[in-house]
Amino acid sequence: MTDTVRVDARGLSCPQPVMETRRALEGAKGGRVEVLVDTVTSRENVARFGQSRGWTVEKAERDGGYCVILTK
Amino acid sequence: MKSVNDLLLSRYGPAVTGAVVGTAASLLVSWGNPGNMGICVACFTRDIAGALGLHRAAVVQYLRPEIPGFVLGALLAALLAAEYRPRSGSSPVVRFFLGFFAMIGALIFLGCPWRAYARLAGGDWNALAGIGGLIVGIGIGIVFLWRGFSLGRASASPKWAGAIMPLAAVSLLLLLFMRPLFGPEGAGPVFFSEKGPGAAAAPALISLGAGLLIGWMGQKSRFCTVGAIRDVVMLRDGHLFSGVVTFILAAIVTNLLLGQFKPGFEGQPIAHTNQVWNFTGMVLSGLAFTLAGGCPGRQVIMSGEGDGDAGIFVLGMLIGAAFAHNFSLASSGAGVTSFGMVATVIGLLFCLAVGGLFRIRMD
Repeated sequence: MTDTVRVDARGLSCPQPVMETRRALEGAKGGRVEVLVDTVTSRENVARFGQSRGWTVEKAERDGGYCVILTK
Repeated sequence: MKSVNDLLLSRYGPAVTGAVVGTAASLLVSWGNPGNMGICVACFTRDIAGALGLHRAAVVQYLRPEIPGFVLGALLAALLAAEYRPRSGSSPVVRFFLGFFAMIGALIFLGCPWRAYARLAGGDWNALAGIGGLIVGIGIGIVFLWRGFSLGRASASPKWAGAIMPLAAVSLLLLLFMRPLFGPEGAGPVFFSEKGPGAAAAPALISLGAGLLIGWMGQKSRFCTVGAIRDVVMLRDGHLFSGVVTFILAAIVTNLLLGQFKPGFEGQPIAHTNQVWNFTGMVLSGLAFTLAGGCPGRQVIMSGEGDGDAGIFVLGMLIGAAFAHNFSLASSGAGVTSFGMVATVIGLLFCLAVGGLFRIRMD
């Protein structure tokens, strides 16, 4: 069981949530990465980016915002 | 309705929105808006600044209903989808001046990115220099983003904080339709051009309807004419760029059908042929928009869905437009002013300083 990498991208302007996600995905190579965001725009951007890089994407609501869960 | 929303939320959303915006931009010209200016977020915000008496350029004063339409359309879309989440606090004063200088740059070129594409689609080849500058400005912004540029986090605001910009939009519409007259010497406080671009306008209800539709579609699809280029370069993601392509194609086709396509450099409506400054003005705008996270249309739309930082950016554009005309910075068909050149350099220095100095570690 690998550790979950958590990224807090709440409150960041475009395209920083995706850039933070990219950094985390490239660092993790595989496993589970959770990205917290606070807008639907960021949630969709992060999800689309994850899918384009071959990660499986789930979306959930968390702490009044959204959590994008990426696994590979 | 649900299937339309699903389409707008899909990867095809920006392309659909771009096609509608491009078509609307050309139609609004045929219905009365200025040439190649069916929709221009910068020019229309400048006209609103003039109508409110913030500048005294008598030919560009009109309360363009498209802009409050964007705000209210976006608000309705966000409310219906439970996406109305007021937020603010990410370097608001810096964002104000990014909006200020984005407007200065746009009024050197004579148009925001939306109008740059609309001008191109009308056959105004001077727009190519502006679009080239826009791409370079976005490119400089991308370098800063790669180096860790950030204006910091926004955080949640009280629910009513997000209502301020929509209420301001409603107030503008009330002023437009009521046309109050109680200013000194029998003029104002709201001014409407009697000649020039400010006097060229589609019927107000049609403009408002177009604004509401585009605001709603833009909120759903996240249509952004600056993010389009940024995401292609940074992320190899072309889904926003598809919106720019359909915008231009739809506007060209509509212009051809309406006999509004007039190719050339000379004699284009509300345009000049100084390509160095067409280019440089849009470098400034493109950089300012990239540092702020989105194009002017996107900023106006986000201000309607509760983003207070986007609202501050829009207010910066409004005041920037007032300064542009009061200080003789704005270009005209006759060309660029020397004051405008100096202001562009100052704006570039400001944006380069912001891009280089604002780096906030996220971990």
